[in-house]
Amino acid sequence: MKKLLEGSQAIAQIINRCKPGVVSAYPITPQTHIVEDLAKLKADGEAEYEFVRTESEFAAASVVLGASAAGTRTYTATTSQGLLLMLEVLYNIAGLELPVVMTCANRAVGAPINIWNDQQDAMTVRDTGWIMLFAKNIQEAVDLHLVAYKVAEGINQSVMVNMDGFYLTHTMEEVNIPEQTNVDRFLPKFKPVDFLDVKNPKTFGYLATQKEYQEIRLQLHEKVKNSRSLIIKTMKDFKNSFGRTLEPVSTYKTAGAKTVYVCMGSIYGTAKIAVDELRKSGKPVGLVAINMFRPFPDKEILAVLSKMKKVIVINRAVSLGAEGILTTEIKKALYGKCKVKIADEIVGLGGRNVSVEDIKNLLV
Amino acid sequence: MLKEVRIHGRGGQGAVTMAEMIALCAYNSRKVVQAFPSFGVERRGAPVEAYVRISEKEISRRDHIANPDYLVILDPTLLENKGMLNGLDKGDMVLINSSKGEDEIKKIFSIYPDVKIKCIDAVTLAIDIIGKPIVNTALLGAFAFCTGIFDMKAVRAAIEEKLGDKGPEMVNKNIELAQKAYDHFDPHKQFVVIPGEQHLAVVDEDKMVVDS
Repeated sequence: MKKLLEGSQAIAQIINRCKPGVVSAYPITPQTHIVEDLAKLKADGEAEYEFVRTESEFAAASVVLGASAAGTRTYTATTSQGLLLMLEVLYNIAGLELPVVMTCANRAVGAPINIWNDQQDAMTVRDTGWIMLFAKNIQEAVDLHLVAYKVAEGINQSVMVNMDGFYLTHTMEEVNIPEQTNVDRFLPKFKPVDFLDVKNPKTFGYLATQKEYQEIRLQLHEKVKNSRSLIIKTMKDFKNSFGRTLEPVSTYKTAGAKTVYVCMGSIYGTAKIAVDELRKSGKPVGLVAINMFRPFPDKEILAVLSKMKKVIVINRAVSLGAEGILTTEIKKALYGKCKVKIADEIVGLGGRNVSVEDIKNLLV
Repeated sequence: MLKEVRIHGRGGQGAVTMAEMIALCAYNSRKVVQAFPSFGVERRGAPVEAYVRISEKEISRRDHIANPDYLVILDPTLLENKGMLNGLDKGDMVLINSSKGEDEIKKIFSIYPDVKIKCIDAVTLAIDIIGKPIVNTALLGAFAFCTGIFDMKAVRAAIEEKLGDKGPEMVNKNIELAQKAYDHFDPHKQFVVIPGEQHLAVVDEDKMVVDS
């Protein structure tokens, strides 16, 4: 049903329709409204999940780890400092291959303290083994959660759906929340295969010595890389079921373009207008958005960018002392395979507004 | 045609709720909308901006509104910061809550001779009707009349939806406040408050006293 909703409200509604057994999260701006709405749905008797209140994000992540290991569909959400506080548990959730789904309402990381949007939080946890998806708008953020659960439970791996704090969490626009029957059809009841069960004792994440650890970690590395085929298949299935397109990489006016902007997240919508205006003044530019960051869509990126003369990477997070983190990823995807100039641009840190003009001005 | 609204207020004055109510009114009037806030530090009294985009087709950009078609000012003390007026062009409209009166406000805006100024003493109206100096619903009513993008029916529905959790009395009083502000700009529809009438917005037309 189409409704005018705030982004966070829309996420809470779709999560409820995904029927998790356990929800545990600690409120933190700009994720707070998601947790508030989930708590309210529960208090109003409109939700079946158990809502576990905790004293910190570390505890919230630990609760969903335990609940997931016990074979329940779980959900948590956080951002920024909260995500960093979860870090140790995030490695464990991914290493234990648990199908936890979480929303990260992307926000800057201190110091200095800042509650506004960039993507430093998510980029900081990119090596944990979580599958990482990024939404360009609220509808995609809603839809990606369905894909996230289906992928997570399909291969037993945790999935993080990223949506820009404020730009998506606090914006109101028309959103189509899929009907319960359609959600149920796309995402049937969770049937775990391996889980903690007193009747059938098993252990998860037992000590691995020098003999086994490396193999286990490299297997996980391969698993996360290979998850791309299931993610892409699930996105196609989603389109068949709901009619809306989801893809690992989005392109806009790349046909005939000599220069492309590469971005991730909600800035895509603003960059589209910049591309429209530049095209009108005769500049052959296009736009690419990365919607699947882990695993990284090397193949799709190479296919588009190898045809270009110049790539302008719009970064919303920096590896201090190195360069914009997305720039490094793009270089890795293209290295030795094509000749293209790559410009490393860092914009919009800590919620600084990035206007259409600002994006046009990156084209020098 | 894309129409852009920028609302300036202070934390606690309801700028963000007003943006959401404008969006809701326009949405229910079959427009495509986008509303979003730009918080400063999250505390009462700190300057807050909120934005609304209203269009006939998909709204893609998400940057702050630099060149508003409609500038709404909930708190006149914000005028000390002239940067707030950035982006005003010929034909744009400023809707401001101030007790100074339109002539006085027009002097302040004299460097923008081609901008339409609409002024209303919404604080006095709000204290009178809802007992609190919260002016967002008054300016919503004023916005409806001054822009013509949506009507009072849409305003009523938006107030009922957004303020419903405050109870029927507050909803009705806010509707009354919005209607008063709407009528403030309409020379043909000056209401008098009829004692005992809770819901002025649906008052019988025969009971209306038209100010000649």
